Amino acid sequence: MLKISASPHITDSISTRKIMLLVIIALLPSLTVGIVMFGLRALLLTLVCVVASVAFEGICRIIMKRRQTISDLSAAVTGLLLAMNLPSTLPLWQAIIGCFIAVVIAKQLFGGLGQNFANPAILARIVLMLSFTSDMTTWSITRFMKGADGTVTTGATSLLQSGSVETGATSLLHGGSVTTGATPLVTGNASYTDLLLGNTGGCIGEVCALALIIGGIFLIAMKVISPVTPLAFIGSLAALELIAGNDPIYQVLSGGLLLGAFFMATDYVTTPITSKGKLIFGLGCGIITFVIRQFGSYPEGVSFSILLMNILTPYIDRFTMTKPLGASEPVKENV
Amino acid sequence: MKKLNCIRLGHNKNTENCPIVRLGIPESVRIPMSMNMGAACEPIVNVGDFVCVGQKIGDNQAFFSVPVHSGVSGTVTAISDYQLPSGNMCKAIEIQCDGKQTLCESVKSPVISDKASFIKAVRESGMVGLGGAGFPTHVKLSTDAKIDTLIINAAECEPYLTSDDRMMLEYPDELAYGIELISHMLDIPHVIIGIEDNKTASAELLTKKTANIKNTEVKVLPSLYPQGGEKIMIYNCTGRIVDEGKLPSDVGVIVVNVSTAILLARFFKTGMPLVERVLTVDGDTVGKSGNYLVPIGTSVSYVLENAQCNISKIKKLIMGGPMMGMTVFDINQPVCKANGAVLAMEKITENRESACIRCGRCVRACPINLMPTEIEKAYIRRDISSLQKLKVNLCINCGCCTYVCPSKRKLAETNQLAKAILPRTAK
Repeated sequence: MLKISASPHITDSISTRKIMLLVIIALLPSLTVGIVMFGLRALLLTLVCVVASVAFEGICRIIMKRRQTISDLSAAVTGLLLAMNLPSTLPLWQAIIGCFIAVVIAKQLFGGLGQNFANPAILARIVLMLSFTSDMTTWSITRFMKGADGTVTTGATSLLQSGSVETGATSLLHGGSVTTGATPLVTGNASYTDLLLGNTGGCIGEVCALALIIGGIFLIAMKVISPVTPLAFIGSLAALELIAGNDPIYQVLSGGLLLGAFFMATDYVTTPITSKGKLIFGLGCGIITFVIRQFGSYPEGVSFSILLMNILTPYIDRFTMTKPLGASEPVKENV
Repeated sequence: MKKLNCIRLGHNKNTENCPIVRLGIPESVRIPMSMNMGAACEPIVNVGDFVCVGQKIGDNQAFFSVPVHSGVSGTVTAISDYQLPSGNMCKAIEIQCDGKQTLCESVKSPVISDKASFIKAVRESGMVGLGGAGFPTHVKLSTDAKIDTLIINAAECEPYLTSDDRMMLEYPDELAYGIELISHMLDIPHVIIGIEDNKTASAELLTKKTANIKNTEVKVLPSLYPQGGEKIMIYNCTGRIVDEGKLPSDVGVIVVNVSTAILLARFFKTGMPLVERVLTVDGDTVGKSGNYLVPIGTSVSYVLENAQCNISKIKKLIMGGPMMGMTVFDINQPVCKANGAVLAMEKITENRESACIRCGRCVRACPINLMPTEIEKAYIRRDISSLQKLKVNLCINCGCCTYVCPSKRKLAETNQLAKAILPRTAK
């Protein structure tokens, strides 16, 4: 029997699963540093997130009577990314709720892989942030921090409760008398070396700028992500911070910017397809992040900026359609 | 000049050093009356007639049609209905070969005086574009537009295929004559031979051979797929864009496949019409891969047997290259004019489709700059107006989008389905 099929009869070896695997590999340096800095609790939290995400995905597909998709590794990536966005001390049950929000609410209820309007990990992080503000902003100090005794301090928590309480740092970079455990974005007093190597307070995967840059370059080199989005995101934020009189290098290296720019703002499903669209997306993220960091009451704006741009993505896509070679009339927007 | 999107493929030019070998004459041939774009021919011989090599056996009054000639001598045993790989039906003439290859009296070099007689002669040669599309050559050459550039398409960008390469290497003088003939008769001042840089020997040889022909240059292009697509070739050689609904002649260009030019030259020298062709025979079931010259109408199974193919192992039989070739369901399928290769594959990729992850690889791969993922979504909604805005009608079916898709979606196939539901007037 001869098999009949439409051309082409060969395909590239790239697959969704391979792409997801490359993303996981790219996150390993950051995860490793996170475990070194925050101890085995970070590893435990990460494992719980990955296992819970994959389990939620599997159960969802069974309940919905759809083809099983856990082998495409996208749920594992979501779990890993979410863990990277959590402080290592977060109670495990809260992390599991985060996984539920990411995989079930943000992804499967919208139709599964490829259909979600927002990055599942970002959405989960934001929901956790708003629901468990205290736990989500309790930063464990790293093992290399001076005077570290392994205890956990609640650095920047008060920031997020209401404007009235003014302990610790009140707004970005104002910290002078800040508790040891706060994120460098709040304290503003970490050295570049500490920021690069991850010797600061923060989420598991966001503290070490060097590991994130290595992971990002790896993804760009493997052609998994386009350099346009991270460059536009980081570049626009740095430029705005410079104009505003802040230290742009410090702003870029601290907080969730690098994690967001390389791993979250480059999510295929929730960001524009064309390079022009990616540029707009990156610039938008940079501007919103700057506005939140500079003027907002939250110390960090990366996740909000990505979420807002996720929502705009269909519109960006509509206005950045490609012009086909020799098309007789300009391609109008798709009404 | 903006670079067009393209993809890198493994070349698999396993047969590039295999000289063209003439296979023996099969016991019988079956020659379809429709082997090219345009109207099918009507048989002009009857069952029981004796036919010679080069004798016209099918013709049609329509201008947009090409006569069919016999490549063997023997007796017509049947004229039957035949289903082409495309699914369409046509008549086919079966000839029992006598093996003597008696030459027909009508085979003599045509006398031409002007463009009109040249075009008429080209039609009588039975020539069609040998690159795969099978566009009637005389129709292409009969344009009234002012042509300033003749492009000889020698890209052969499909993996595996080497028949054009071998033709160039073995018949460079005919090519030079063909180029002179076409450019002289159509008064075309400039000639570009577009060739990919993986065919260094051919490129060097042609540069040497055409050194004495005025205004002829060999343009070595990077080996990127689909370099040989007509619009792509025109853009990369001249920077001109053939607009939607226009022909290459509208931008002053005619593109002729290199084998077409060689065989046209041979016709004008000897009078032998297009009755045989070179096939690259390759694939993992083929023991003796190579380039074989066979009469048109020879069954593929005869070719494969001679190439020591393990026929029982074949899972997919492709006429043409792996990117644009057509699979056939019948191993006794006759070799047609525009077939450049037979690939008999045992190892085939069978991928399961998964959800689109919007990675945009198809958009970055499309040489025409279409958005295959958006087209697919619009097609699923049967959204004609979106399909028109997305310009799916411009798709050249090169297959790049399907090739690069990590979700293994059949985007190129969907594009063709989408084209089919567009209203006819919406071009």
